[in-house]
Amino acid sequence: MTDFAVELRNVTKVFASGRAGKSEEVNAVKEMNLTIPRGKFFTLLGPSGCGKTTTLRLIAGFETPTTGEVFIQGKPMSKIPPNLRPANTVFQNYALFPHMNVASNVAFGLAIKRVPRDEQKRIVKEALELVQLADMGKRMPSQLSGGQQQRVALARALVNKPAVLLLDEPLGALDLKLRKAMQIELKHIQEQVGITFIYVTHDQEEALTMSDFIAVMSDGLILQLGDPTTLYKKPANKFVADFIGESNFIQGMVDSITRKGTKLRVLDELVTVNAMEVNLAKGQAATFTIRPEKMMLKTKQPVSTEALSGTIQEVIYIGTDTRYIVTLQSGESVVVRVQNGCSPDVEQFSKGDLVKVVWLPDDARILTG
Amino acid sequence: MSKRKLPSLGSIYFLAVCVVLYLPIVLLIIFSFNNATALVFPLKGFTLQWYGKLYENRELLKALGNSLMIGFGSSLIATILGTMGAIAIVRFKLPGRSVFLAVSALPLVIPYVIFGVSLLILFNEVGIPLSAFAAGLAHVIISIPYALLIISSRLVGFPDNLEEAAMDLGASYWGALLRVTIPICSPALLAAFLLCFTMSFDEYAIASFLVGTDATLPVYLYSQLRFPTRLPMVVALAAILMTVTMAVMLFTEWLRRAGQATARKA
Repeated sequence: MTDFAVELRNVTKVFASGRAGKSEEVNAVKEMNLTIPRGKFFTLLGPSGCGKTTTLRLIAGFETPTTGEVFIQGKPMSKIPPNLRPANTVFQNYALFPHMNVASNVAFGLAIKRVPRDEQKRIVKEALELVQLADMGKRMPSQLSGGQQQRVALARALVNKPAVLLLDEPLGALDLKLRKAMQIELKHIQEQVGITFIYVTHDQEEALTMSDFIAVMSDGLILQLGDPTTLYKKPANKFVADFIGESNFIQGMVDSITRKGTKLRVLDELVTVNAMEVNLAKGQAATFTIRPEKMMLKTKQPVSTEALSGTIQEVIYIGTDTRYIVTLQSGESVVVRVQNGCSPDVEQFSKGDLVKVVWLPDDARILTG
Repeated sequence: MSKRKLPSLGSIYFLAVCVVLYLPIVLLIIFSFNNATALVFPLKGFTLQWYGKLYENRELLKALGNSLMIGFGSSLIATILGTMGAIAIVRFKLPGRSVFLAVSALPLVIPYVIFGVSLLILFNEVGIPLSAFAAGLAHVIISIPYALLIISSRLVGFPDNLEEAAMDLGASYWGALLRVTIPICSPALLAAFLLCFTMSFDEYAIASFLVGTDATLPVYLYSQLRFPTRLPMVVALAAILMTVTMAVMLFTEWLRRAGQATARKA
């Protein structure tokens, strides 16, 4: 037994597509190596078409890898069909059986395994209680709301006690409020049952809310794998910084590299940035990134901060925060997000004001890619 | 306002259809209870003797038995084959799918008389004797397109990941078909079966070439038209067939609609 619930070794999936005579190949997953720890909530995050659902279907067994091998609990899966894998799926559109009531839907996997009827009843009852649908067993799926159908789909998968539960954007069809509530509930259920969840979503906020680990995917590749805090605070590249949360990207030229830090020249202003993870040479062009909430607007630059000058282009009030769009001297725009708290030293600005955009040196990071 | 006063084109059309289509049927039913051999007005009085004579006619009962047997057997086989074909066409991306569809729909456009003659020649060559079996085989062939079309339109209507979900939960491919696909399609399957059955039950042209001595009901019916005294009996039989066929067709249509309603919910 390994510590990994699922392992992908050099997995590539190529789909043949296109019409007769003009065949095209789509590389949905490229040379993927991935280990998913046991008992964790793991998320594959990426924009649509990045290969995350294909990865999930490779684990479930609905697709076979073109090359490479999928392991579940250390066992190679290449010769094992979906119905014999210790993995169950919660489908995006729920895929409940319309001709069976809720209880029969949930009991489906148990009936296939010929679990005795009394035991089936007991397990189904427990599962429906877990998803808070205890008295809905006799209803037909068509009589349930989207959220309730989603819970039935979850219960139906969980009764089989799989080693891995695969969830393909299960909350995609729900409205925002219900979705937020279900996110928390899913996380709680995962902790309660202790089964490894592999969750696919394109919603970065959803991923951050629920996951123990997130793999950010783009174009068939995993760009970064880490826990939510690391991904947010230390994105490995521009794509991750841009995809998870909001980021400002500012271009500059390396002016000097000293023990105290790397200095970049942005037009004719000098700023110090955090360039710990990259090798730079003097005179090289470089882009650094800062989160909008890590920047402040001041009329004068405070001590021990970095600053660039700019003009307020737009003031957008969104309740908890105010978003300022500031045009820097270099012509680039940055977004600064200021919380509308009770802090007395927050200055108010309006369109056209000349300001200093300031930040702490460590919050500005130079990225590759 | 003026629209209301004049009977609209639609209602004239409806009236015409009723007269042309249903008046003969009503007349047929009326004459089947008329106590006279000639089918003319005025009516001579009420009788059930023609229905009684039907019941006493051995040959006719045998023909009815043949028709039921051929109808039941051929529709059952056509429905099974049609289901398999429909699954193949809808679920799998077979090469030459459209060719397959076109070939299986061919019996729809070939005149039955020609089809009957060609099968007569073929069966002679391969040594299948003229019999109820031969007619049944022919009816399977002409029924398959109907079964295929009805069932494949149902399969297109429901999400294919229901089968994936069933397999994901531990069912084998056949298990998923039996527990999920077939039950959900059952109204369409029954509708296909009933349609095939009425087709076979009504069919004269092909059967007349192939049945040999095992006359089916339509074949027997035509043969009786030669005897004027038996005409009222034939009329009584026609009245029964008409009523049963209509009932079955209405039920089939109801099934098809019920099936579509559950498809929309799925």
